[in-house]
Amino acid sequence: MSDLYNLTIHEAMDALRRGDITSVALTQAVLERVLAVDNDICAYLTLTPEAALEQAEAADAARAAGKDAPLLGIPIALKDNISTQGIETTAGSKILDGYVPPFDATIVRKLKAAGAVVLGKTNLDEFAMGSSTENSAFFPTRNPWDVTRVPGGSSGGSAAAVAAGEALAAVGTDTGGSVRQPAALCGVVGVRPTYGRCSRYGLVAFASSLDQPGPLTRDVTDAALMLQVMAGHDPQDGTTRPDPVPDYLAALSPDVKGLRIGVPREYFAEGLQPAVERLVREALQMFVELGAELVDIHLPHTDYALSTYYLVAPAEASANLARFDGVRYGYRAEGHFETIGDLYAQTRGAGFGPEVLRRIMLGTYALSAGYYDAYYLKAQKVRTLIKSDFDAAFAGTAGCGVDLIAGPTSPVTAFRLGERTADPLQMYLADIFTLSQALAGIPAISVPCGFDADGLPVGLQLAAPALQEARMLHAAFAYEQAAGWHKRRAEMLLQKPFDYTKWQSSLWSDKSIEKISHMAMQNRAVIDNAIGEDLH
Amino acid sequence: MIAATTKLTREEVAHIAALAHIALGEAELALYQEQLSAILDHAVQLQALDTDAIPPTASVLPLRTVLREDETASTLPVADALANAPAVRDNCFVVPPVR
Repeated sequence: MSDLYNLTIHEAMDALRRGDITSVALTQAVLERVLAVDNDICAYLTLTPEAALEQAEAADAARAAGKDAPLLGIPIALKDNISTQGIETTAGSKILDGYVPPFDATIVRKLKAAGAVVLGKTNLDEFAMGSSTENSAFFPTRNPWDVTRVPGGSSGGSAAAVAAGEALAAVGTDTGGSVRQPAALCGVVGVRPTYGRCSRYGLVAFASSLDQPGPLTRDVTDAALMLQVMAGHDPQDGTTRPDPVPDYLAALSPDVKGLRIGVPREYFAEGLQPAVERLVREALQMFVELGAELVDIHLPHTDYALSTYYLVAPAEASANLARFDGVRYGYRAEGHFETIGDLYAQTRGAGFGPEVLRRIMLGTYALSAGYYDAYYLKAQKVRTLIKSDFDAAFAGTAGCGVDLIAGPTSPVTAFRLGERTADPLQMYLADIFTLSQALAGIPAISVPCGFDADGLPVGLQLAAPALQEARMLHAAFAYEQAAGWHKRRAEMLLQKPFDYTKWQSSLWSDKSIEKISHMAMQNRAVIDNAIGEDLH
Repeated sequence: MIAATTKLTREEVAHIAALAHIALGEAELALYQEQLSAILDHAVQLQALDTDAIPPTASVLPLRTVLREDETASTLPVADALANAPAVRDNCFVVPPVR
């Protein structure tokens, strides 16, 4: 079978269960694919080919012994802000360069227990703060549909890896859209679960009242399979919900007759690219053809989500990132310091990148004496209003409640590298449609809904009431099966190597370029060695 | 109530950086003075909303304080806890004087 790396999880599971392929063959095919394309995509920060092939062999042995598990033998990638025991976890930051966690995050433990094979760790905006993966302290990741464009962010490495065939699926984290927006820009499926549905234990914390891990996959069925494994109560995360996890796969049916889909006017406002609007409206029309009903709704506080988010999230980040002080782990500034305060300040000033410094200071200001009420408390109150908008739309004050809320995931398709890096506020606007669901704590999915004239993917977002992931997955599945966009794979222009010199001068240092080429060489040697002669 | 435009002074930015334990150079202070002011300017729109009767949302969870049985669990071995530290001596983290 050729192109094993392009299989979905459920296709690969069928083939594995039939005995047509082995996990080792599948994992080798994906690693070969990484070798072929990652020099251009730069999706991975760390690749662990030897450990992956060992896990694949163990999966094959387990299967030969009559065992099975939901993801037995499936190679996946993890965003590098998710702790992995014995594998470097940097959160895309220089301040954690070289940090090796002594434990696995709960979701990693669950995915491994379900048989998943971990290929490595994917690139991200530093501490998941960003919308383009350009804030990575190491290098930017590029979009498999056009390598001169960003993959979105902050889970850009995970989204690009799935789109480019460098993993069958990946895990990201979504604080204000960091799973859904890169999923939309890379033409894959991305799920933000209900806040508390998946454990945050072992995630590098950014904004604790907003962070949620979620899967990035090639279709909705795979998203259901991944979420099934990841979801559930965790004694080590007091904010996980005790509610039972329903059977997501069983919820996937093509029949959406009678489903009421709310379409907020506010999601089709100024700034939306015409092609994005057209494709999202076509997707909504397809729901009508499938028997669903569109309902015109109003989410009046949508415009306030951006300001609210950029006070609440930085405030929480300023507290969470206080732990990076050069004492217990990670980077410590060089030199002799008279006091511990000097050590903290020099380490943090040099260890954090510009976007992280900006948000720590913004959050510190919003929480400081004299400004707390005007900024942080005010934002928390507006958060209540934003949540109430959704509650009212779903509950239906006058018998007009909707089952789901639909709109574009991102106002724009993938933008060019460097296009938005100069102005932080411009970058923040890339998240404008994904912030309010995060603030409300409700689940949302991005599913591909077509391509613009340049061949760039567009995502449709469907949001559901808290804990109604099954309803959301069901509708996304029905649409996907009718529309068929999920079958398209990125055709990368790999014969034309990307000209690093074009962008490196303005954005990244020569050291980043060195690190990219060094890593590519290192990975090639390791993979060749691990796979051996049999493939060559 | 805060003003319609927010122009942070250089001294205010330096004060924020000191609160956050971040050492910044003059050029960075000037850059963040401008950028933070622009972001805060955008946030001024929130002041237009009447939120006097609105309770704040710190967490969206319907959960109250979560309790569990007080059972002994395994803890991180000292060697593992120290493995990532930049400087270690006698099972402790080494730091400059605290004063």
